[in-house]
Amino acid sequence: MTEPHVSARPAPPPGPARRPALLAGVPARRETSVAGALLVSVLAASLLVDGFATGRNAGFLILDVAAVALIALPMTLVIVTGEIDLSVASTLGLTSAVLGRLWLAGLALELIVPLCLLLGALLGLMNGLLVTVARLPSLAVTIGTMALYRGLAYVVLGDRAVADFPFSWTGGAVAALPGTPVPWVALLIAGLAAAFGVLLHATAFGRSLFAIGSNADAAAFAGIPVLRAKLWLFVATGAMAALAGVFWTMQYGSARADNATGLELSVVAAVLLGGVSIFGGVGALPGVLAGVLLLGTIRNALQLADVPSDTLTVVTGLLLIVSVVVPNLLARAREHRRRRRSAPAGPG
Amino acid sequence: MLRSPHRAGLAGALAALLLATACGGGTTRESAEEAGGPEATAVADPDAEIPEGLQVAFLPKQLNNPYFTVADAGGEEAVGEFGGEFKEVGPSEATASSQVSYINTLSQQDNDVIVTAANDPNAVCGALNQARQAGASVVTFDSDTDPECRDVFVNQASAAGIAETLVRLTSERIGGSGQIAILSATPNATNQNAWIELMERELEKEEYAGIELVTIAYGNDDDQKSFQETQGLLRSYPDLAGIISPTTVGVAAAARYLSGSEYRGEVALTGLGTPNQMREFVEDGTVESFALWNPADLGYLAAWAGAALAAGQITGEAGETFEAGRLGEYEVGADGEVVLGPPTVFTADNIDDFDF
Repeated sequence: MTEPHVSARPAPPPGPARRPALLAGVPARRETSVAGALLVSVLAASLLVDGFATGRNAGFLILDVAAVALIALPMTLVIVTGEIDLSVASTLGLTSAVLGRLWLAGLALELIVPLCLLLGALLGLMNGLLVTVARLPSLAVTIGTMALYRGLAYVVLGDRAVADFPFSWTGGAVAALPGTPVPWVALLIAGLAAAFGVLLHATAFGRSLFAIGSNADAAAFAGIPVLRAKLWLFVATGAMAALAGVFWTMQYGSARADNATGLELSVVAAVLLGGVSIFGGVGALPGVLAGVLLLGTIRNALQLADVPSDTLTVVTGLLLIVSVVVPNLLARAREHRRRRRSAPAGPG
Repeated sequence: MLRSPHRAGLAGALAALLLATACGGGTTRESAEEAGGPEATAVADPDAEIPEGLQVAFLPKQLNNPYFTVADAGGEEAVGEFGGEFKEVGPSEATASSQVSYINTLSQQDNDVIVTAANDPNAVCGALNQARQAGASVVTFDSDTDPECRDVFVNQASAAGIAETLVRLTSERIGGSGQIAILSATPNATNQNAWIELMERELEKEEYAGIELVTIAYGNDDDQKSFQETQGLLRSYPDLAGIISPTTVGVAAAARYLSGSEYRGEVALTGLGTPNQMREFVEDGTVESFALWNPADLGYLAAWAGAALAAGQITGEAGETFEAGRLGEYEVGADGEVVLGPPTVFTADNIDDFDF
């Protein structure tokens, strides 16, 4: 264990400590502004874009963001601890390829699905061990496993597609709740989001994640099992990416090694847009859900308005930069004022 | 965090699930039922008028791909002729699932006709069938989906037509005898293998008795790999008289190698290429002729097929016929396929008429 040192990074804002325990670690501003942005874009799209404000379109929108939402939940916790997992889309692809392979081999889907989730957890465990035992930076580790898992997916299934899944599963994946246009997967996402939200914001474990993200050394010094917490988060991320892989495969009715290529960037984008700091220590799950929906809404509305896909990508990119840059500038401005008022507290 | 009782519980639950499925059978490949798309029930009326203002949307594999830009322009020409409204939408990356949200959008916008080239024959199926249930006519071109998910597929050229043309061009160039090789894409590319098989069958004909196919090389549709494979072919078979490369990447890479080597004009190269890629090699004498369907005609025919469907002139059943503007009358074949015709052969004489 290295000697604890005072971080050069500013400590998390003192605000949360004074708020009720249940809300500890929930910084108010960022996610309120994301939720506001979501509300404004939904209202604007409903008024300006033909065909946006229908139940059917809401169903399409939810299905479009479902995989991103599923992975964004554990990713939020990972990024709050100051780590990142870029291998999620490859985990999804490998899961999809394995699902297809096992299906070809004649196994039952009821057996294949738990095996796939287990595989995802193991892939996550590998990331976690490399980060916590080998002490490698997660960015480097998961860039490596991103290539590795995608490569394995091609080893498993090559460049062909397995698509003869029964309609009860493929149609079932995109089915709506009876009497509504809302796909049932929205319920699944809501349930899992509630679970991850409680874990992050209402348990000691969740609070320890913010401490780890603010200053891992200090957290370890305070007796928080930093490495074990991170290990479990990577396992959970792998399992959720696998769940997204199973869903993706059934949603599109096609198991392929290249499924969801590049999706990791959409996930990280949604998490950051949702107000989670890429430096760790700051973030809230409701904000991330709003971020996922905001990206989905903008994409959906612009598509309906026949905006070309290149423009759409540019808009998404700009939005992301704004969402990361603006809070950063605000924080710096606040820090600057604070320092001018009082003498510096620590070195740096 | 998870303590041991939880872990034991999780393991137990998993074990129970495994056991249950192992005993209970479950949903396996063998027990799975067939999925079906909506069945065509309407009866075709060949004399039906194409309605004014038909909304026709082209959804290519990806935007900003020169091949599809030309194909879609052909579609726009046709839509202008029958007085419809044309639009082109699509993803910037040609991935399997990226087209789905565009199909949903088109369906939400109540487009009358969706003309698409599928990145994955199955991934777009659910969305296309939903759009068809909502009233849209669906035409695929260039790359088909599962036949359950569209009304008509406009095939660029029959596989046999491609094989015949390429073998004939090579034979003409090498004087009917000598060793030839094929430079393909990947060993498991469906199209490529179908064409190769048909070329092999074509070569068995009497008139090609003097031609010997010595090997098939794979350039993986990678420019550099194809270049090196060409180099390797000529080293391994010094007497090689001709190369056939039925892939646009392969034929351009092979042409580039030959053009800079002592074999220029000596080894006959032909294949499937685009005029823009091949122009300089036709001009410098490396390549005398090559073939490809005309993508503009492909898009043009696909748009007319869509209009015929929307008007009710055809329903996608074999034997139905429709008019496709300047291309004349076409007949729907088995599985709802409409074949554009034999590939266009490009030579120094006509290459300047094409820009794609």
